[in-house]
Amino acid sequence: MSIDDGTGEALAALGDRVVASARPGEQIEVVAVRSVETSVRTWNGEVESFASATVDGVGVRVVVDRRQGFAHAGSHEPSVVAETLAEARDNAAFGTPDEHLGVAVPDGVAAAELDLWRPELAAVAPERKIDLAMELERAVLAGDRRIRGVESADYTDSLSVGAVVTTSGIRSVDRDSGCCLSVFSLAADGAETQTGFGFSVGRSLDDLDVQRAAGDAVERAVRLLGARKPATMRTTVVFDPWVTAQFLGLVGATVSGEAAVTNRSLFAGRLGEQVASPLLSLTDDPTDPAAFGAGPCDGEGLATRRNELIEEGVMRRFLHNSYTARRSGAASTGSAVRGYASVPGVGAMALAAVPGDRSPAEVIGAVADGVVVQEVSGLHSGVNLVSGDFSTGAEGLRIRGGELAEPVREFTVASTLQRMLLDVVALGNDLTWLPMTAAGVTLAVADVTVSGE
Amino acid sequence: MSSAMPDAELLDAALHAALRTGGDFAEVFVEDRRNSRASFDDGRVEELVSGRLRGAGVRVRSGESIGFAHTTDLSAAGLTGAARDAAAAARAGGGQQAAASLSRSEAPRPNEVAVLPGAVAKADKVGLLGAAEEAARAEGAAVFQVACGYGDSRRRILVANSDGLLSGDEQVKTFFSVSVDAAGDGGKQSGRETVGHTVGFELFERVDVADLARTAARRALRKLEAVPAPSGTMPVVIGPGGGGVLFHEACGHGLEADHIHKDMSVFAGRIGERVASPMVTLVDDGTMPGEWGCYGIDDEGRPAQRNVLIADGVLVDYMWDRLRADRDGRDASSGNGRRQSYQHLPMVRMTNTFIGNGDSDPDDIVADTSRGVYVAHLGGGQVNTATGDFVFGMTEAYLIEDGRLTAPIREGNLIGNGPEALMAIDAVADDFAMGSPGTCGKDGQGVPVGDGTPTLRVQRLTVGGTAA
Repeated sequence: MSIDDGTGEALAALGDRVVASARPGEQIEVVAVRSVETSVRTWNGEVESFASATVDGVGVRVVVDRRQGFAHAGSHEPSVVAETLAEARDNAAFGTPDEHLGVAVPDGVAAAELDLWRPELAAVAPERKIDLAMELERAVLAGDRRIRGVESADYTDSLSVGAVVTTSGIRSVDRDSGCCLSVFSLAADGAETQTGFGFSVGRSLDDLDVQRAAGDAVERAVRLLGARKPATMRTTVVFDPWVTAQFLGLVGATVSGEAAVTNRSLFAGRLGEQVASPLLSLTDDPTDPAAFGAGPCDGEGLATRRNELIEEGVMRRFLHNSYTARRSGAASTGSAVRGYASVPGVGAMALAAVPGDRSPAEVIGAVADGVVVQEVSGLHSGVNLVSGDFSTGAEGLRIRGGELAEPVREFTVASTLQRMLLDVVALGNDLTWLPMTAAGVTLAVADVTVSGE
Repeated sequence: MSSAMPDAELLDAALHAALRTGGDFAEVFVEDRRNSRASFDDGRVEELVSGRLRGAGVRVRSGESIGFAHTTDLSAAGLTGAARDAAAAARAGGGQQAAASLSRSEAPRPNEVAVLPGAVAKADKVGLLGAAEEAARAEGAAVFQVACGYGDSRRRILVANSDGLLSGDEQVKTFFSVSVDAAGDGGKQSGRETVGHTVGFELFERVDVADLARTAARRALRKLEAVPAPSGTMPVVIGPGGGGVLFHEACGHGLEADHIHKDMSVFAGRIGERVASPMVTLVDDGTMPGEWGCYGIDDEGRPAQRNVLIADGVLVDYMWDRLRADRDGRDASSGNGRRQSYQHLPMVRMTNTFIGNGDSDPDDIVADTSRGVYVAHLGGGQVNTATGDFVFGMTEAYLIEDGRLTAPIREGNLIGNGPEALMAIDAVADDFAMGSPGTCGKDGQGVPVGDGTPTLRVQRLTVGGTAA
């Protein structure tokens, strides 16, 4: 399987051919992607599955007479691409005219030079990938006598190339590589079982840290042994970086220009106002190569850029793609996000809070009575981004007198997103990039409801 | 682009190529899916989208290892190439099984599809959207935003394996959703309603999208008056249709044989034991005509089955795919081997999961609850099968005070432990209904599932609100 020469030139040329066939008055945008992926799953010292594949996709957006149509297909075969263009054209007749629709227009911002591509990943022998997953499983099993097994140990990697070409003169190409080791662990004490996980991600194998992934998986499971349901109380919670990253991802969705123009954002009309604690400053910067979501171009082919969203608690900016920017009388912030199978949406790619100056232990030490939350569940079912209602299942450890105390499980943490942002009382100095759209950091939030017994 | 599926000769050649270097089992899964969706938001039709996904996945089992590869090239060269890649990935660890010659078997048809999506004018699909929006806005001036979506898919699959199985299926699904946002003095609230069935466009002969829109709008409007949800542990009554999500999370996932095999489930080793209230008989049924999770054959070629999992509170069986059934020496899977697409390996998955009627009157169940929460409509959920802890969201719920529904409450999650919640069910009514169409996510793959229940009460669940 090949990924061309890794330059994306073949994908851009595919886009060129489609765009060249535009009829008078027609705007066309083509997004073409190819990724070469491997996934290895091991369990109990054996390879459970080994899969490898090349995945292709193409999406064509047509805007004509201020109407938009879209079609996509999982192939680059010329006849498929032609059919996709024809479908997109046909579909455009059914949209409602909207003067703000259109492909992105070059805005003169230069794409950052980011080194996200490690072609040597393609040459790694399958045996080496299998060994890494098996090594991870062994390391978890050896980590503590109370570990009774793993659900699986996984190695995955991908080399991805994408291109966006438009009739307005955009011709962007980006590429990146990534690999990930992950494991779900089981700890047992008598009839009781607790679970944990650990992972390590990087651009190439050199970045992977088996011992760290295994250590996290062991610690997270073992320290929950003996966990009980806590009493219901109003208290301070300390999110560990993994949980904070998920929380910030939700905050990022509330500053989307899509939510703003449809009046769904919690912060619509509040630019310049204090919406969060002065301790909180939040940026989205996909040009930071350390970010998992780093990339030089957005989903419409414009350069990504650093966007300040919240500065010392003051709402500074909404994120925009070219459509929401036109509707708002603003400029695109290079924040179009999409897969090949959808039109561009708006979203953060690399959110990070400005870290504090205290270690996680010091943040916890300042909490007389509270709960460290190490895992959450049901964020998709218990958080409403329109009302701001926030309620999530959780597990973690009690804090008593500034010290970690007994483990707790089967409780919820509830407040509203609006209140939680204002109730931030401390950030740790432990900024960590995680495999999602936000970085993690230890974050303390006061006055939330822990619901248990 | 061609719509032809590979013939038996091509599939046979691919299976032979897959086992040429050894192996115990080989399978070719071919899929050709077309879908369309139309979205309406902010007062306008945003766009109509057409999609096409076509390709084949080849799986080779050698000892305990699975090799897998997939391709969009359905020619002889493409299929045998994928077969060789899958064989190499399985590392030819052992096994010298030869491929049996293919013999075509007819898939059962759970229901007829009257109007294929491709036969419907695009204008008719888009036309539903405006009607729904209008109905939602007519519910009140507080409605400030309406989003609706129409979706259909036609999925043709073909499965051939080294046992000689050759079978195909055509799965047509149609879906409609309405989300409404309303604004009041206390902030904004949203309401949603969806319908989805394994049928064609004839769905809209019996479903009026305006009704869906009114239901979604009323949900949002009622919540403008909502009080904060309570916190703490209390009785929870779940309305008809809604409780299916509870069973899906509280025990459904824990009864999937892959979790059992790895000792990742609180239900492992408990066949024959009392695991639930005697009022509970839990069934997973892929044959329910027209339901969201139904099909003729699963994605391993096995006809859908009706499987009783819990009978009168006693655990009687798990759900199986081909791999787990083989390992445990069963004759066949339970018809639960499913995959998101040809690009994925099949896994044990639920279909339509439900419990049947009890004999209580639903009004009596509420009247008999002095203080608690009534959940009329649920969002999704999540479970940790190893600990049994699960959550599910309440998107329309009310306080129960002195046996009566009182104030609507704001959204939030409920949390419980599967085995404890199943034992704590102390009332089941006689008003069975299926719930909303769902997408069940497992290990990164989403598949359509249905669920259903009558009104029921769980004596103790923890409600994740903020009020004392």
